[in-house]
Amino acid sequence: MQFFGGSAAAEASPAPAAPPGTATGLAGNNANVLYVFNRNGVCLLYREWHRPLRTLDAAQDHKLMFGLLFSLRSFTAKMDPTSVEKGNLGVPLLPGQGCSFHSFRTNTYKLSFMESPSGIKLILVTHPKTSDLREALRYIYNLYVEYVVKNPLYVPGTPIKSELFNTNLDQYVKTLI
Amino acid sequence: MAPLPPRSGDAVFANVEHVNAELFSLTYGAIVRQLLTDLEEVDEVNKQLDQMGYNIGIRLIDEFLAKSNVSRCADFRETADVIAKVGFKMFLGVTASVANWDTEGTSCSLILEDNPLVDFVELPDTCQGLYYCNILSGVIRGALEMVSMKTEVTWVRDMLHGDDVYELRVKLLKQVPEEYPYKDDD
Repeated sequence: MQFFGGSAAAEASPAPAAPPGTATGLAGNNANVLYVFNRNGVCLLYREWHRPLRTLDAAQDHKLMFGLLFSLRSFTAKMDPTSVEKGNLGVPLLPGQGCSFHSFRTNTYKLSFMESPSGIKLILVTHPKTSDLREALRYIYNLYVEYVVKNPLYVPGTPIKSELFNTNLDQYVKTLI
Repeated sequence: MAPLPPRSGDAVFANVEHVNAELFSLTYGAIVRQLLTDLEEVDEVNKQLDQMGYNIGIRLIDEFLAKSNVSRCADFRETADVIAKVGFKMFLGVTASVANWDTEGTSCSLILEDNPLVDFVELPDTCQGLYYCNILSGVIRGALEMVSMKTEVTWVRDMLHGDDVYELRVKLLKQVPEEYPYKDDD
């Protein structure tokens, strides 16, 4: 009976328990992974703070993530019950067409997403219990503007290699709850 | 938490760091002077200024979007309004007006009565073909290209050529749909 007591208590809790190896959210470093893509699907930045399991090589992983978001964008636009004008699923969208989504959650992680009208996509993966991160993504976009876009040595469309940006980013994500 | 509402040009202008407008216009003047010396031909200078503006525009758009909280524009009319009321205010401290729409709503004029770039400028006779502020048209073209709008920006009226206002004609050539960038087989 003692053996089952523990698991019954776990099942009673409304939110699923995070698997071992997931950041707890209280450890002070809640962010797991950040991706930054540009409009052409180039991964400008991949930053990892906590990722025990990796199955694909980096290039495949980035492409899969970009493809997922691209499809989700198309899907959410097609699903949108409030707009009449929409083409078939997968038809290229004009700027301003369709709606956008900002996060989804599984039982082990939460993925938050922001896309600027210029096509910069920020993806942040965190603990599933994390609250709304739209503000945080906006802040990271501001960091990108200050330390990457305004750096004259940075060539637009190439991977970001800025220590200053990384340092500021690391510092900021430590504060996320 | 709801997304932040777009901020007005005045609010953003009040919050960003400023430089002295005279420093800015004199620096720009020095660039134009140097280009005139280097390239010798007025047409080449126009081209070069436009190209420099384009390079500025493709970066500036991200700063604009980050600081103004403007979201995607529904149509070109909204875009023109945002440029005139928020963009010009935020970066140059002036407001433009939008006028002279064509019937399809694909081209309009941005009219500037006040232009900080041309303080202290008089065009000499040898430079009559020069569009002194051609960098602005390049900036607008570059910035709009990053939000998927191919445009053509031309000067219609120029106070340095004796007109009463500055008029920039912005023509929308094409809206580029977002395509999946990878091929299926790679």
